[in-house]
Amino acid sequence: MTEIAETHSAPSLGARLEIIPVVLFAAFAAAPLLATFSGAEGYVLSLLTRVMIFGVAAMALDLILGYGALVSFGHAAFLGLGGYAVGILASHGFEDALIQVPVALVASAAFALVTGAISLRTKGVYFIMITLAFGQMVYFLATSLAPYGGDDGMTLASRSLIAGSGWLENDFTFYWVCLLCLFAAYALSRSIVASRFGRVLRGTRENAVRMEAIGFRPFRFQLAAYVISGMMAGLAGCLLANQAEFVSPAFMTWQRSGELIFMVVLGGLGSLHGAIIGAAAFLLLEEFLPEILHTVSFFLSEETRSHLAENWKMVFGPLLILIVLFVRGGIMGLLRRSHYG
Amino acid sequence: MTATLFFVQALNGLQFGLILFLIAAGLTLVFGVMDFINLAHGVQYMVGAYLVAAFSAWTGSFGWALLLALPTALAFGLLLEALVFRHLYDRDHLDQVLATFGVILFLNQGVKFVWGAAPLSVPVPEILSGSVEIANGLLYPVYRLAIIAAGLVIAALLYVLVNHTRVGMLVRAGASNAAMVSALGVNIQRLFMVVFGFGAMLAGFAGAMVAPILSVEPGMGDNILILAFVVIVIGGIGSIRGAFLAALLIGLVDTVGRSFAPNLLRLVLDPAAASQTGRAIAPMLIYVFMAAVLFFRPSGLFPVKR
Repeated sequence: MTEIAETHSAPSLGARLEIIPVVLFAAFAAAPLLATFSGAEGYVLSLLTRVMIFGVAAMALDLILGYGALVSFGHAAFLGLGGYAVGILASHGFEDALIQVPVALVASAAFALVTGAISLRTKGVYFIMITLAFGQMVYFLATSLAPYGGDDGMTLASRSLIAGSGWLENDFTFYWVCLLCLFAAYALSRSIVASRFGRVLRGTRENAVRMEAIGFRPFRFQLAAYVISGMMAGLAGCLLANQAEFVSPAFMTWQRSGELIFMVVLGGLGSLHGAIIGAAAFLLLEEFLPEILHTVSFFLSEETRSHLAENWKMVFGPLLILIVLFVRGGIMGLLRRSHYG
Repeated sequence: MTATLFFVQALNGLQFGLILFLIAAGLTLVFGVMDFINLAHGVQYMVGAYLVAAFSAWTGSFGWALLLALPTALAFGLLLEALVFRHLYDRDHLDQVLATFGVILFLNQGVKFVWGAAPLSVPVPEILSGSVEIANGLLYPVYRLAIIAAGLVIAALLYVLVNHTRVGMLVRAGASNAAMVSALGVNIQRLFMVVFGFGAMLAGFAGAMVAPILSVEPGMGDNILILAFVVIVIGGIGSIRGAFLAALLIGLVDTVGRSFAPNLLRLVLDPAAASQTGRAIAPMLIYVFMAAVLFFRPSGLFPVKR
């Protein structure tokens, strides 16, 4: 796990890197204003809202993956738990976010506590696989929930209420709520990482045996981090269900867990805002790759071009492989290298 | 009635378990010897099924199709190894997971590109079609029995190959300590290639065998890949014997659990609730089983000694 170890040495972060999160959040804050002029504001807003929601989820994963070297391959389960908490409560008449979100957080925390306590007994590859197994367990549980849509999922009647009022129905308000959640999650993660707790977590990542030798019990710190990460991902699940006004088992396929890992690695492990950038890059690429392919292949016949755009995943897959092989440290790594080199 | 039903379900479970074993055997060797997580192993199963579908449409005979599909699957596995996987052996697990995930995306779309998104079907070979009576009044399809037989033969061959040949000895040594094997003068790169190609061919064979009883469609390898991982993790990574036992266990637990969980629950719940919860619990059983095994034995049932 050398790469995880070398991606960030805290003291050498230049002043310029501290600018990145500021620019990032400023861009998110400015985007709704620009969206009004773009002519397709509904589309831009919903795309960016999705980016922010996955930003929260990817950042949650980065907290344990980047800072704890815990490769959780089942993090999509928490997205699903959050989503289903909203969906199931709403179908029983509890439509207020003030009830739904705490329930979702408690459910995610409880699931993380139980599965984390079991998973953390294992190491390395076994950890990857057991988190995957727990993710699949929740996935199959959701597919068999016939009263709540089973395989097909369930449509929400409306977005969650906040203290009885339907503010979230407005896309702009919902955008700001998501931005607020993203910022709160970022601020929380930043302070966790900088605290004594975060230092113990990083120490464990580097060498668990030594941490034990100087008197810490790594298990407790890793478990606490896993629970916090699970709760953050659960919150993202609540937001995702509200954005789509729909919940389905597709929220938590293992492919989705893989995508979350990819977002974190694409952005750059262990920098938190890197995960947000990675989520943005992934979702925008997924959204625009068909059009990009269509445009750059202008020299081909119209039929081939649309064929190419349709099969964009055949370009996306190799792109992923190339990024893993050649772009070490992700986008943040590139930024850092251009700064020092 | 229940006893015969149980017997049929047990046969189905055995057949499913043997298919899982064919996939898991290659996966556990690649994992054990090269310390390489290959998520793309499932698409090799899919490719095997597609190759048989294509070749049997071309030649009109399942036997010829199988004969052509196996070397093609082998060649395809070696091609992937040379193009992508070889560059990942010295990377950490995270990079391997991601890059092979990219291979899955590419190939799932690739088969859609070549053969279309609609599922293909492969006819059951004439000679193996129909059913036989295995107990009084109990019919069982011959083809499924053929799969069981083929699976058992391959398992026996693998046992001989791994335990009683020179290559097998090197593979076992590689699973315990690859660096030491390399230091003793064995061309580890070539050993890796052999293991990899062989694993790919076994997965392709599994795909080819199930093609007549399942629909051949893009993404068919994704879920079985996860099951194969469950198998090798329960069995202990790098252990063929562990993979064999775990595959049969998983096959039985899954198949029998699906048909009997509702019945068992009926003892404690009313029928409607029992069938409801039974259906909910059955698909989760194997994952509960895996979590339980790893809870008590964090490195599987038959850990390879290091």
